[in-house]
Amino acid sequence: MQKPNITFWRVVLVLILLLGAYATMVRFTRGLGASTNLSDAFPWGLWVGFDVMCGVMLAAGGFTLTAAVYILNLREFKPIIRPTVLTAFLGYLLVVVALLFDLGRGYRIWHPLVMWNPRSVMFEVAWCVTLYSTVLALEFSSVVFERLRFPKLLRLQKMIVIPLVIAGVMLSTLHQSSLGSLYLIVPNKLYPLWYTPLLPVLFFLSALCVGLAMTIFESSMSARHFGKQLEMPLLRQLGRMLLVALGVYTVVRFQDLLHRGALHLLQWRSPETPLFVLEMLLCSFAPICLLLIPKVRKDADGLYLSSVLCLLGFVTNRLNIAITGMERSAGQQYFPKWTEISITLAIIASGFLVFALAVKYLPIFDRVASHQPVAEPETAGGKLPELSHVES
Amino acid sequence: MSKGILYDATLCIGCKLCEKGCAERNGLPYDDDVAAEQKQSAHKLTVVLTKNDKFMRRLCMNCQDPSCASVCPVGALRKTSEGPVTYDASRCMGCRYCMLACPFSVPKYEWDKPLPLVRKCDMCFDRVARGLQTACAEACPTGATKFGNREDLLSDAKDRIAKTPENYVNHIFGLNEVGGTSVLLLSSIPFEEFGYRADLSGEALPLLTYRVLSHIPDLVTIGGVALGGLWWLTNRKNEVAREEQGDKGGTPGGANEYAKT
Repeated sequence: MQKPNITFWRVVLVLILLLGAYATMVRFTRGLGASTNLSDAFPWGLWVGFDVMCGVMLAAGGFTLTAAVYILNLREFKPIIRPTVLTAFLGYLLVVVALLFDLGRGYRIWHPLVMWNPRSVMFEVAWCVTLYSTVLALEFSSVVFERLRFPKLLRLQKMIVIPLVIAGVMLSTLHQSSLGSLYLIVPNKLYPLWYTPLLPVLFFLSALCVGLAMTIFESSMSARHFGKQLEMPLLRQLGRMLLVALGVYTVVRFQDLLHRGALHLLQWRSPETPLFVLEMLLCSFAPICLLLIPKVRKDADGLYLSSVLCLLGFVTNRLNIAITGMERSAGQQYFPKWTEISITLAIIASGFLVFALAVKYLPIFDRVASHQPVAEPETAGGKLPELSHVES
Repeated sequence: MSKGILYDATLCIGCKLCEKGCAERNGLPYDDDVAAEQKQSAHKLTVVLTKNDKFMRRLCMNCQDPSCASVCPVGALRKTSEGPVTYDASRCMGCRYCMLACPFSVPKYEWDKPLPLVRKCDMCFDRVARGLQTACAEACPTGATKFGNREDLLSDAKDRIAKTPENYVNHIFGLNEVGGTSVLLLSSIPFEEFGYRADLSGEALPLLTYRVLSHIPDLVTIGGVALGGLWWLTNRKNEVAREEQGDKGGTPGGANEYAKT
């Protein structure tokens, strides 16, 4: 009885996945040289800068929200914990997928688990990502157990959930900041607008901001596209928390730039300046100014806009560190090849697809909110972003 | 005793026999086209740069405390007590962090291969272990590339500058750079002219990460206790509140609890 629904976004999705499949073939048959614009002078590009660094960052909603609900006992956030944990889990899976593309020998991705070098930041990140993905899988397992009606396993999961959450919060804060520590060893290569001994601190603080912004963003998206009720009081509270977190981040960032005397580098002609300004506008000034206005802070669209700006800003930040800030010392520009971009898009698209499928088949959204008529199969199903006419 | 290489650019005649010897030892093809290439790559592990009538070699500096060995998540790169920094290809998963981290941008990648590896000069580790000198030093007809104990080479370099200061810039490159390197360079013109960084500190770069990483065990313990304690405190507060309310089973948002009871 379910006829295939051909919609604009579904066509786009299929096209992206097809192109991604072709790019994947190019990548694995002809190697990194033919499929990327990476070079000896520029060994890390879009896949590390965006897929890995931003992927992990955007999954920060997971630890922020589980900490709020289970550790700080802010029960009112519980209705949005499942979609957030799911997104975090998918995020990490996709980071691993991206790594399989980026690593020269992806089939050795497990090597850090048995061939240790504890002095390496990457070794620590590898372990944290592995362990944290496991934790997220276990945190999310309750949803699967509930769907499959395994009450015993569900009870077992509930027993270990607090230690799990504590482990998860520590693992994720550790490697969120460690992604910044990766760059501590290149003081001569990373441009001083971004290189600072405080990189791990800034990465941690920005992960907090992103965690809050992602939660607002996901709740709003779910409301728009899966016809779920928006929990406005929750979103407003998240908005206030985001404002505070952004304020702290901005102050630390500028204190650091001032103390290191790096602000004089902001000259008109310098190619780094516009991207630095764009980053700071998006991740600090614009969302802070918006959230300072009570009307915006209380409005669903205002909160959505602020969180999107903030997310774009921190994505710019990660890309600036991985790409913009490295160009001067590399002595060359880097812009990703079509294959790099198309594989990245395909990875994101498959994330959306899996999320939509999970929402269809698993009890992701709170039962109280989902008994509305809009949650019937033909609308709640694999539909992607075009359902915005479903007003909440 | 730690071995090293002293390259004195003032003695170099640009014959590139060191390049050839290096290629042979590493099983890499070498012809006129390769000889003409003026940069290091996966198939050219050392290069003699030419600028007017001046020459300068580039090769792995084999740092005393190498960034590459410090960052490698699988321990494929190691500093040996003999001096060479070696690469174990069977461990490498190809993350290319070594290429990013190296202050001299020495490690190069086999970009054209479907299953690539990192390539870099390893100061002829196998030869050095057998008591031989490196292939480049053996091939050098003028003594511009000299192999020996690093300390002997260092005093030799100091002597050369002291005896004919007009021939040299007063700087032994590799004496202090990033905590010192096994390869030492002498030149009559500034090293920056050949792309060597002038802004390297005398401190080994791995210390920058070690300072942060060494705090992790402490942070984990503190974090664990703090978070566990926080959970206990907040939960306790709720329990007390519930008891005072006569336990109607209602926490805020209780209606939304998803887990089965």
